[in-house]
Amino acid sequence: MKLLKRKSDRIDELAAGAGEGGTSLAADALKRMARSPVAVVGAGVVALFVILSAIAPWIAPKDPFTRYPELRSELTPTNIPGPMPGFLLGSDQNGYDFFSRLLVASQQTLIVGVLATLLGLTVGMIIGGLAGALGGWVDSALMRLVDIMLSLPALLLAISIAALFREGSQWTVIIAVGTVSVPIFARLLRGAMLAQRESDHVLAATALGVRRRTVVFRHMLPNSLGPVIVQATLTLAAAIIEAASLSFLGLGDPSPRRAEWGLMLAQAQRHFEVKPELAFYPAAAIIIVALGFTLLGESMRESLDPKNRR
Amino acid sequence: MLRFIVRRLIQAIPTLFILSLLVFAWLRSLPGGPAAALLGERQTAESIARLNAAMGLDQPIYVQYIKFLGRIFTGDFGTSTVSGDPVMAEIRRSFPATIELGLCALILAVLFGIPFGYLAARRRGSFFDNATVISTLVGVAIPVFFLGFLLKYIFANQFRLLPPSGRYAVGAPDITGFATLDGLLTGDLAATSDALLHLVLPAAALATIPFAVIVRITRASVLDVMDEDFVRTAESKGLTTPVIRRRHVLRNALLPVATTIGLQTGLLLAGAVLTEKVFVWRGLGWLLATGIEQRDYPRLQALILLAAGVYVLVNLLVDISYAIIDPRVRVGR
Repeated sequence: MKLLKRKSDRIDELAAGAGEGGTSLAADALKRMARSPVAVVGAGVVALFVILSAIAPWIAPKDPFTRYPELRSELTPTNIPGPMPGFLLGSDQNGYDFFSRLLVASQQTLIVGVLATLLGLTVGMIIGGLAGALGGWVDSALMRLVDIMLSLPALLLAISIAALFREGSQWTVIIAVGTVSVPIFARLLRGAMLAQRESDHVLAATALGVRRRTVVFRHMLPNSLGPVIVQATLTLAAAIIEAASLSFLGLGDPSPRRAEWGLMLAQAQRHFEVKPELAFYPAAAIIIVALGFTLLGESMRESLDPKNRR
Repeated sequence: MLRFIVRRLIQAIPTLFILSLLVFAWLRSLPGGPAAALLGERQTAESIARLNAAMGLDQPIYVQYIKFLGRIFTGDFGTSTVSGDPVMAEIRRSFPATIELGLCALILAVLFGIPFGYLAARRRGSFFDNATVISTLVGVAIPVFFLGFLLKYIFANQFRLLPPSGRYAVGAPDITGFATLDGLLTGDLAATSDALLHLVLPAAALATIPFAVIVRITRASVLDVMDEDFVRTAESKGLTTPVIRRRHVLRNALLPVATTIGLQTGLLLAGAVLTEKVFVWRGLGWLLATGIEQRDYPRLQALILLAAGVYVLVNLLVDISYAIIDPRVRVGR
């Protein structure tokens, strides 16, 4: 009787323990992130950036794509007008309103970063997913391909892809920067899927006679997404900087109809002596946003790490 | 050990083979076809036809590929459309400049990265630790070319402490192509110090990202090792703290750092393209950057192949050095 009592007690304890730890990993991670100042700052910066880029066209005080005669008239090789009434930060090197352009550029920067990341994510996940789910020679062949993509430094790979096009456009930048991140996502998802394949719940599902496709999509894929989301956040930061580097090398979109921080920064270098602000503000914007995504990604990684779970 | 090296060398062959296939495919998919791309601005219908025949572009594709391989092995990459010089001669001329810059940057990154990472780990959670970690994050978030411009603006234009660009002002007679070494060899110390001064800013700009990576790896690795059982054993044996730190913690923690340092080569190669453009540093990166503007495909093709080859080689060396340091790797597979 005493023994039985003790046993039931233990089950109660176990159940209580299960209830306590029964929150999902994602919910648990979110809770931990809310307590971490790093995560809050990162998420705040990212949220601010996304909101800003969404509303930028409406809050920009001037038309960012109009060259204003009052600015242009004072534009000389040694003088770029500073702040004046109606133009908060004065002119840029072409006679556009610098402040409005800076605001609107957030949109283009976000679009290029997000599309490039999505491209890398999608292609990488297809490759990594196929390799992880099928294994065997498909896995070997795909991973060989990925290794070769990794055998070139990221920026050089991006350069060689962007150089394939006679003229730069935002799409060549997106394709070049996106392709660079394909191998990272592929390796990551494959690794996670391989780990899943050996795990008990996949074994159980297979033993129950669940179809392979269902096992992959219902059981293996959702459980592998954590690290992929973390990597996507970090990749976005890298993508924004890489896009800026391509612009600096003359592989970006030269059209004045597009305002983008990387391009603004790259073009402002030539006027650094005359008006350094033209470089400082876009650079600061890029650094803050890249830092925001990095902080968010790193804190997500930390809070998703089972080692840090209570 | 020898067997391990031979095995790794054999493993590198398929990688290089597929890489050459990819570059070949890349060259074929250039706008207007390879002949038009290689001729650049100076193309006419006859010159394209002549080059097509000379390059064997009218022959079957596998014959073309074999000829392409043959040209790579003989170092014949054609002539640059920008300068009109053979690409191989350009590369040979610019190689020392990039090695000099890259090596300097790597030395800076290691010299500062390891102590900062180690101290940050030892004072985990302190102000110093937080400041170090944050500054490495910022270091990675700054576009390298902007950092270069900033350094140039502050130290060269505003305070006039350091030269803004180029490799030297006067320059010693060219012996090795390494500006610093040539000065020493000819006993011209003024030339050496001039070359060193020119190196400071570009090397600092190029070193930031490797520095940040080395700091983070060192810090994480030291933290890991400090938790190990053998450190506790050493403590309980009554060894003094300095001995434990030097012999047990630091030595073991530096293993992963050594690997990382080798892998920085990729970052340095990529960063060199941006840094050399900013500082008009006439090395391989500068060749590539100026080649891009003019779509100088012979140059691009040669430099991309070279970068990939160097990268594969360095990875190989890292693997081998790792096997020397850590015997477990050798017997592992």
